[in-house]
Amino acid sequence: MGEVLRIGCGAGFAGDRLDAAVPVVRELVEAGGPACLIFEMLAERTLALAQLGRRNGGTGFDAHLLARLEPVLADCLSNDIRIVGNFGAADPAGAAAAIAALARKLGTRTPRIAVVSGDDLLEGGSRSGLRECLAAALPDGVEPMAANAYLGAAEIAAALKSGADIVVTGRVADPALALGPLVAHYDWCFDDCDRIAAGTLAGHLLECGAQVTGGYFADPGFKDVPDLSQIGFPVAEISADGSLVMTKPAGTGGAVNAQTVKEQILYEIHDPAAYLTPDVVLDLTQVEVEEVGPDRVAVRGARGRERPETLKATICYLGGHLGEAEISYAGPNALARARLALGMVVPRLPEGLTWRGDFIGATSIFGDDGNQHLATTPSGARDVRLRLALQGADEDVVEVGLHEFGALYTCGPAGGAGLRTSRRPRFHTASAFVPRDLVAPRWNWSET
Amino acid sequence: MSREVELHQIAHARAGDKGDRLNVAVIAYCAADWEIICAEVTKERVGALLAERRPTAIQRYELPNLHGLNFVIDGVLDGGVNQSLNLDGHGKSLSFRILEMRIPVPADWTYTKEEKTG
Repeated sequence: MGEVLRIGCGAGFAGDRLDAAVPVVRELVEAGGPACLIFEMLAERTLALAQLGRRNGGTGFDAHLLARLEPVLADCLSNDIRIVGNFGAADPAGAAAAIAALARKLGTRTPRIAVVSGDDLLEGGSRSGLRECLAAALPDGVEPMAANAYLGAAEIAAALKSGADIVVTGRVADPALALGPLVAHYDWCFDDCDRIAAGTLAGHLLECGAQVTGGYFADPGFKDVPDLSQIGFPVAEISADGSLVMTKPAGTGGAVNAQTVKEQILYEIHDPAAYLTPDVVLDLTQVEVEEVGPDRVAVRGARGRERPETLKATICYLGGHLGEAEISYAGPNALARARLALGMVVPRLPEGLTWRGDFIGATSIFGDDGNQHLATTPSGARDVRLRLALQGADEDVVEVGLHEFGALYTCGPAGGAGLRTSRRPRFHTASAFVPRDLVAPRWNWSET
Repeated sequence: MSREVELHQIAHARAGDKGDRLNVAVIAYCAADWEIICAEVTKERVGALLAERRPTAIQRYELPNLHGLNFVIDGVLDGGVNQSLNLDGHGKSLSFRILEMRIPVPADWTYTKEEKTG
């Protein structure tokens, strides 16, 4: 397929394996052509947690960033493998400075680090129209903790074309992490909708890491995946015309086949004819996959239409407190004892809480918060862990509810064991669609 | 004469979420089963499997090139991962709830593992 740009993925979410990028970079170095490494580390509420960390005197970016980069940074810099990641979270400039310090510690050449900003819609006071746009998406009187627009690929591409070795972003659309390097490398125009669509599909397939190489997939006897403990993260090979082959590093576990790729094509897709991104409306309805070699799948047929007029933004706000409590009952009549325990705690819960019960071992996740599953749980389970989840606006009230649960040790049914309780604040999220002229994406060189 | 198999025998599935909206892709293992899946895995039957969760809207999209259906189901995640009290706030397990569906197949239908993994 001629010269390709190889894009590898080193992380598909904030909690991903810390050493995932190592085999990917080894593969990119051995392949020898132009290459890029991307990290996707921002879930919907990650930015709210980062803002909270920053307010509490910690860092506003992902604490694992340096552990992920340390084993691959020197190889990337010495082999001209560009790095693009949204690991800047709520403080891209701070993350860039930390990467520069890591490079000094490792004794690499000085990297040229670019910072993409403008996603933070709360920075620099309110712009006319913006505050109203965000407020309309929130319940009355609620103050946003974080509000970030999903930026497109243009600033990433511009920074790379200017010679950036590393691009640190906050919130960008996940596929933009791969589309930016493609636009920079091949000089694609943003109005070339089918190529932008092909690059967006490549990014969509890469951005969840191992989810396209056999992760979130295995089903023994039906979908068997070799050596999951050493699962390889994905590498996409993309040509100038947008042709795409998905693969993974040699010698790693996992699998890239038609099934793994089909599942990820449709992951978190709503209307497959209109997947909205900042850079293009992606149409997946003509996409085809073909296995073209061991762990190699060609993906063709992405189509694009002109990008949407608005940018999506995720807004996070404080959402009260979640309390969780569990206690186990085992042996004869275990489910009946767990049911008795739940039935005696619920009437003692203070006002102002909503609750959900589960009989783990008989039912733990298929039921809904309406608790109808409690009545229909089949009897007979002989090792049951009762779970009670509580939600309330006031942490003290949640604590009172948890305390009532704790009293099951001495007041509750026979043989209750292994009681645990925990409580944490929650963030709720809302989506807004912001006119582009109210968002000012930009990039600059890191000053350190 | 026909008999029934679990959808899990003839299709694989993946769930994703955004807010209180769940999507589940249902993909045929074999091209030969695609027509059965299209005919049987209707949005009404998916809605019935999730009835306790009171879906407010269900859309079904067909992707014949992928031998896949994409279901987009609103209102079944108790407000979504940041508001639900469910251990599975994302609804990630619900792909396997859909795969519990009973599917009538012809009496001579056979399950061949080679076709699945080929």
